[in-house]
Amino acid sequence: MSSAILPAASETQSMTGAEIVLRALKEQGVEVIFGYPGGAVLPIYDAIFQQNAIRHILVRHEQAAVHAAEGYARSTGKVGCVLVTSGPGATNAVTGLVDALLDSIPIVCLTGQVPTHLIGNDAFQEADTTGITRPATKHNYLVKQMDRLASTVHEAFYVARSGRPGPVVIDLPKDILIGKGQYSPPPSQEHRSYRPQTEPDAGQIRKAVRLLKEARRPVVYAGGGVINAGPEASALLTKFVRMAGLPCTNTLMGLGAYPSSDPQFLGMLGMHGTYEANMAMHGSDVMFNIGARFDDRVTGRLNAFAPNSVKIHADIDPSSINKNVKVEVPIVGDAAAVLRALIAAWEEDGAGQDRPALAAWWRQIDEWRGRSCLHYVQEGRIIKPQHAVKRLYELTQESGRETFITTEVGQHQMWAAQYFGFEKPNRWMTSGGLGTMGYGLPAAMGVQVAHPDALVIDIAGEASILMNIQEMSTLAQYRLPVKVFILNNQYMGMVRQWQELLHGGRYSESYSEALPDFVKLAESFHGVGMRAETADDLDRVIREMIAIDRPVIVDVAVDEKENVFPMIPSGAAHNEMLLAPGQIAAGSGVTDEGTALV
Amino acid sequence: MPDASDNSFRAATIAVLVENESGVLARVIGLFSGRGYNIDSLTVAPVDADGKLSRITVVTSGTEMVIEQIKAQLDRLVPVHKVADLTLEGPHVSRELALIKVAGSGSGRQEALRLADAFRARVVDATTESFVFEMTGSGEKLDAFIALMRPVGLVEVSRTGVVSIARGAKGL
Ligand SMILES: Cc1cc2nc3c(=O)[nH]c(=O)nc-3n(C[C@H](O)[C@H](O)[C@H](O)COP(=O)(O)OP(=O)(O)OC[C@H]3O[C@@H](n4cnc5c(N)ncnc54)[C@H](O)[C@@H]3O)c2cc1C
Ligand SMILES: Cc1ncc(C[n+]2csc(CCOP(=O)(O)OP(=O)(O)O)c2C)c(N)n1
Ligand SMILES: [Mg+2]
Repeated sequence: MSSAILPAASETQSMTGAEIVLRALKEQGVEVIFGYPGGAVLPIYDAIFQQNAIRHILVRHEQAAVHAAEGYARSTGKVGCVLVTSGPGATNAVTGLVDALLDSIPIVCLTGQVPTHLIGNDAFQEADTTGITRPATKHNYLVKQMDRLASTVHEAFYVARSGRPGPVVIDLPKDILIGKGQYSPPPSQEHRSYRPQTEPDAGQIRKAVRLLKEARRPVVYAGGGVINAGPEASALLTKFVRMAGLPCTNTLMGLGAYPSSDPQFLGMLGMHGTYEANMAMHGSDVMFNIGARFDDRVTGRLNAFAPNSVKIHADIDPSSINKNVKVEVPIVGDAAAVLRALIAAWEEDGAGQDRPALAAWWRQIDEWRGRSCLHYVQEGRIIKPQHAVKRLYELTQESGRETFITTEVGQHQMWAAQYFGFEKPNRWMTSGGLGTMGYGLPAAMGVQVAHPDALVIDIAGEASILMNIQEMSTLAQYRLPVKVFILNNQYMGMVRQWQELLHGGRYSESYSEALPDFVKLAESFHGVGMRAETADDLDRVIREMIAIDRPVIVDVAVDEKENVFPMIPSGAAHNEMLLAPGQIAAGSGVTDEGTALV
Repeated sequence: MPDASDNSFRAATIAVLVENESGVLARVIGLFSGRGYNIDSLTVAPVDADGKLSRITVVTSGTEMVIEQIKAQLDRLVPVHKVADLTLEGPHVSRELALIKVAGSGSGRQEALRLADAFRARVVDATTESFVFEMTGSGEKLDAFIALMRPVGLVEVSRTGVVSIARGAKGL
């Protein structure tokens, strides 16, 4: 039967809408769909049943389908594909769509819709999906004509992956899915109106080279856009930073764009970034931002952000430039293209650099490094969460396995960012922009689907993990050996930390009461459960976890009182970092204005 | 390039050429409300022979940085072909049309007609106790005429919002 669903390009016989959709997906290179069925999409499910080219992963909640597709997309560079039904299927997917929008992840989400003649009648499971998802997507479509179906699917993939990537919804009324029509291949001509600029302006590149060559205190601030631009961009970034001898910091979304073990890497910057990264940003005279968006988690108080630096900003989305921070040299283009042009122009430009000034700058940076801002003390039986992540990193390294990390949202996420090292892009999946608790487990599932032999670990908090815990069932069904590594501090630790800092230690509703027994929970979902109670258990449990080829939940009991440092309190400047707990007690420098910030 | 460090407010008349498809106006309006930009006026209508392109004219205001941001945000919408800041790009003509209903009798009627004549408003409907005037001009001119009609017996006003076009031979 499969030939009827996916006929050769030469065949012109009419197909059902559902068959056209599948054919277009296949032509767009889709190998796997994360989805959940329902009345409005039954025709597509019927077509899926009758073919083998595209695999379907049945999730347990539509939000998880989108996060899984995000994990798949971020770890492969491909577009993630989602299929959900109308009404509640679509509304459940919305959180995932906004997550993908804020983190620039390419997703195509097919939603079922009631038949066109019932639209607007409050029909069963009708929701105004294009209305609801308009601000939740990069773009969306409602297909009302059969002859637009195939071209809309092709266009959706183009829009999702080109320029600044993002989620795209295609709303598919059921009558279109069961109707008959003609398939059409992807168009060969350019899109009518959407043509993002990828090649940078040569004049702007020369300006950037000039500034960077003359810089006395330069810094490179690289973000998620470098990951979006593909692994070549990360390789070019590394090449450029090394040839120019510059210090480089990454955003949370950019981790892996520059090798963490490299001596020129300053670690992550921002609210929970390293002292050296933030001080280098603050003290710089020339800043080169590539593929980062001056997020408020990074800049701190805007009027005190890197006050003496001339700023170069390369981004594929002109709306990211001059949005929060005014820059002197805007460059619109794809990160890989920009870096390629920059390297060429750098080599062409005869001028040398100010070596003595750079040497002095590096001495200054080394002095900041000397503060060892990520230092912690692991003593006694109680496991420090930082230590748990550090050992996890070291033991996964030791195992020699290709390792992918996802996270939930909270303190554990920050510790993962600080203590797990990433040498390559696409190995780190986290919800940065929306900060969606419940992201990590389904994202890990998507990563594992794409990389069946890799070690995929969700570094989780005991509160976040409960938000999409149902996906343990999906892991069991598809034998996806994802590892959930819970830093269990019995609190919504990130909330507790803010309450300690800003609300007089009144821990309102942030205690994790009545938690499940995570070991039994793992077992009931056909996985393996383990617990590390004391520091002595830790290595053994991690080693066992790595060795087991099944889904595992590891419940690591960590110090309940630990906070994430360094920290730039809301509304403070980069040079007003808190480095240790003592400073919280000492008044902490949070202004009233800062208290209003998120 | 405009000076992004300028923190004073300015008005901007922005012309946006879009695909004439359903939802495109909702996208533009949603962009303004979602991101907290001002809309002082917004008009839209198809402008090409086969009705495939619509032209939206938005009058907005903000700091230079916000206006640059508005244009960049509009430009990245998938169905948007072109965005032009008419205020920035040189001299342009702006016009608005209003229909203005005035009721009254006796000297009020005379007064209304006299003022309409002075403002070059046309009578497009008349009864023994009312007029409907049609008037085209700048927003300020319409404001002035409407203000004068208020004491005379203004009943209601319907305005199109501003449409704009650059002076000279060049198109968008
Ligand atoms: C609890 C919590 C704490 C956090 N703390 C921090 C923190 O301390 N430090 C930190 O950095 N973040 C932190 N974040 C994350 C933060 O909220 C932002 O998500 C993050 O800083 C944004 O990263 P980015 O600037 O790299 O931009 P991204 O969101 O990754 O955006 C990518 C940018 O690159 C552009 N782009 C996309 N594709 C390309 C391409 N091909 N070529 C060129 N440009 C491209 C896009 O237009 C966009 O401007 C935290 C998040 C949470 C939930
Ligand atoms: C869906 C969602 N709801 C609420 C929040 C606000 N929030 C951020 S971190 C956090 C606590 C997370 O607790 P846990 O998962 O235990 O992580 P920890 O901070 O303790 O490591 C909460 C409630 C969020 N980010 N996402
Ligand atoms: Mg916790």
